[in-house]
Amino acid sequence: MIVAERKSIPDLVDILKDHQKILVLGCGTCVTVCLAGGEREVSIISSALRIASNIKGLGFEIEELTIERQCDNVFIEEAADAINRNDAVLSLGCGAGVQALAERYAKKPVYPGLNTSFIGILEDRGIWAEKCAACGACVLHQYGGICPVTRCAKQMLNGPCGGSREDRCEVRPDRPCAWQLIYHRLKDIGQLGRLTQIAPPKNWEPGHGGGCRVIVREDHRI
Amino acid sequence: MNLYDFEPKIVAFCCHYCAYAAADLSGSMRLQYPPNIRIIRTPCTGKLEVEYFMRAFEKGADGVLVAGCEEGSCHFSDGNFLAKRRVNYARQILMEAGFEKERLRMVNLGAADATIFVPMVKDMIETVRNLGPSPLAKAKIFVKQENPL
Repeated sequence: MIVAERKSIPDLVDILKDHQKILVLGCGTCVTVCLAGGEREVSIISSALRIASNIKGLGFEIEELTIERQCDNVFIEEAADAINRNDAVLSLGCGAGVQALAERYAKKPVYPGLNTSFIGILEDRGIWAEKCAACGACVLHQYGGICPVTRCAKQMLNGPCGGSREDRCEVRPDRPCAWQLIYHRLKDIGQLGRLTQIAPPKNWEPGHGGGCRVIVREDHRI
Repeated sequence: MNLYDFEPKIVAFCCHYCAYAAADLSGSMRLQYPPNIRIIRTPCTGKLEVEYFMRAFEKGADGVLVAGCEEGSCHFSDGNFLAKRRVNYARQILMEAGFEKERLRMVNLGAADATIFVPMVKDMIETVRNLGPSPLAKAKIFVKQENPL
């Protein structure tokens, strides 16, 4: 899922200070699961914005709404009335949600309420960790299902850098060395032989290096 | 409201299994505590969400006290630990919104701790009294002074 975290209240106040009627719009999908932009967070952030606005005399009138998914026109429709009756929208969706709203409502200012961080999973209660860099050319089969592109700070594809201490990454000591994990995983599944294969330089073009990506499925087009 | 006659309004969320019983016991023991405090009984402090604290301040509370069981003796195992983390998170958001973090406090006590409950309440009231009215109330006073209508 997409993982995000909220912007600070002073940042949001600064973004919204020129507007009065504001819709705080949550998203019921990824950002609800990562506790950044669901119904509860809409309520908390709206409350904080009302307090900040009253203290500073900004006169915010805040409406709260959460829809199932912001990155899909079908679900955005559900918020149409609320969006139309407000001056601006503070989207608590990921970057895709903010842009989907902005494209759908060309004359309505839509602002991000979150900082979209990464594609990851819930690693432990209250801890989300990045697992995928969306590089566009998955190599997980080579590395026992542990991604060196994402989880190795140096994106090493042909073995560890040698800088790890115990099992910790030297760049981020709070994270395990991805290559240590890869070695143990390949050993456990009996595929250590994969480490003898040399990985050629990775083609980064399918990733963001090739510009904004679009996937076209002709069989689904009308 | 005159700032010099300021009497803080404190909302106290009290756990049914400890602080609420302690408050009840303090009544039975004829221990007096100031009437600034409005007690709301909760089944466990783990029931409390960040929105509750935010809403209390939005509705005009000058301070919020969360009173849960002593650590390790929650009736539901870890409700008071959940509350402690939520209180810390709410304090962070309240600070960002312009409140002093001291206006929200969590305390831990047992059901028989009436003699602890009363000074805890008095201490909270004094803390908030020293901080003055809620920034929201101050803002309203400021607006009134500027626009005498």
